[in-house]
Amino acid sequence: MIKSLAAAALIVLTQPGFAASLDLAHSQIGFTLKQMNVPMEGRFKHFSGNVSLDLKKVAASKADITINIASISLPTPDSTAETQKKDWFNTAQYPTARFVTSSIKPLGNNRFQFSGKLTIKGVTRDVSAPFSARQQGALTLVDGVLPISRLAYKIGEGEWADTDTVADQVQIKFHIAIPANSK
Amino acid sequence: MKPSPRYAHAAIFLHWLVALLIVSAFAVGIKLWSLPLSPFKFKLIAWHKWLGMSILFLVVLRILVRLVSKVPPLPLHMSPAEQRIAHLGHLALYLLMLAVPVSGWAMSSAYGIPVVFFGVFTIPTLLAKDLLLAPTLKTVHQGLNLLLAAGVLGHVLVAFKHHFIDHDGLLDRMRFGRNPSQGKD
Repeated sequence: MIKSLAAAALIVLTQPGFAASLDLAHSQIGFTLKQMNVPMEGRFKHFSGNVSLDLKKVAASKADITINIASISLPTPDSTAETQKKDWFNTAQYPTARFVTSSIKPLGNNRFQFSGKLTIKGVTRDVSAPFSARQQGALTLVDGVLPISRLAYKIGEGEWADTDTVADQVQIKFHIAIPANSK
Repeated sequence: MKPSPRYAHAAIFLHWLVALLIVSAFAVGIKLWSLPLSPFKFKLIAWHKWLGMSILFLVVLRILVRLVSKVPPLPLHMSPAEQRIAHLGHLALYLLMLAVPVSGWAMSSAYGIPVVFFGVFTIPTLLAKDLLLAPTLKTVHQGLNLLLAAGVLGHVLVAFKHHFIDHDGLLDRMRFGRNPSQGKD
């Protein structure tokens, strides 16, 4: 018993940077696209990642999140099925998207700015957006919106590249719950 | 046979305008039923919703006009039972003309996709997003449409029967232009 506890403690202590896995039950990654000026909301049901966030020392904080693109969910079955196809996310060839922070800066008043690299469909782009963070019990809750250009990632090729129907800008909304021991 | 007096001008205008819009919205809806998703389908869906919301507004207006204006009597040769059936038929058409766009509006709301009228004005949702309820409402919308289509077909056939077989001048009640008794159109 004591031996196994010690072993567990050793494993925890040797985790590099003490980065904590996200609390997936309390985290959401969604998005809003506009078609014919009509907002349509969707989300990615499965994602995972490690985040270390110390609100007092944000410069040392970082996040690395991987999204399972095939877990995308849109309001209608035909739109969910369409987004898996080659012209959209091509999930057969690019099953995951990845986001890695390069820097986090405090903006004051519990607001911060991240910069990082977002890779979707094999295309990597620099992204940056503000977010808010607050402590709630044992969790640090991070909320923000990252607007991206879908065409910059070749999401929606061929006839779907027409932005008169589906707008180029897509808002990615993230609500990330990080366990408190992630310092 | 003496031509029937006509409906109010506003009622006649709304009857034909709503008829035109219903046929258009129905045709687009039938096309949507089988069309795979494409930018063109998103456009058609938008147009279909704009037509549907326009129809709902105009039908409400039509009912108000009907309530405040004089309705011409049915042809004298119709028995009381036939007159009752005609009134019930018209009532059913009015109810379906309301129920069809409302069911579409409810279906759209349940999918969490608002109707943005002419791409500008966001119409409030009728109910909260409920992706489990949405497919049921879609079936309800399609079913009500088939009922309305059957109702419209019956309405047209009976109107033709009156006009061309009974020769009671029934179609004149819904005709544009001046009264035949007052001269040419």
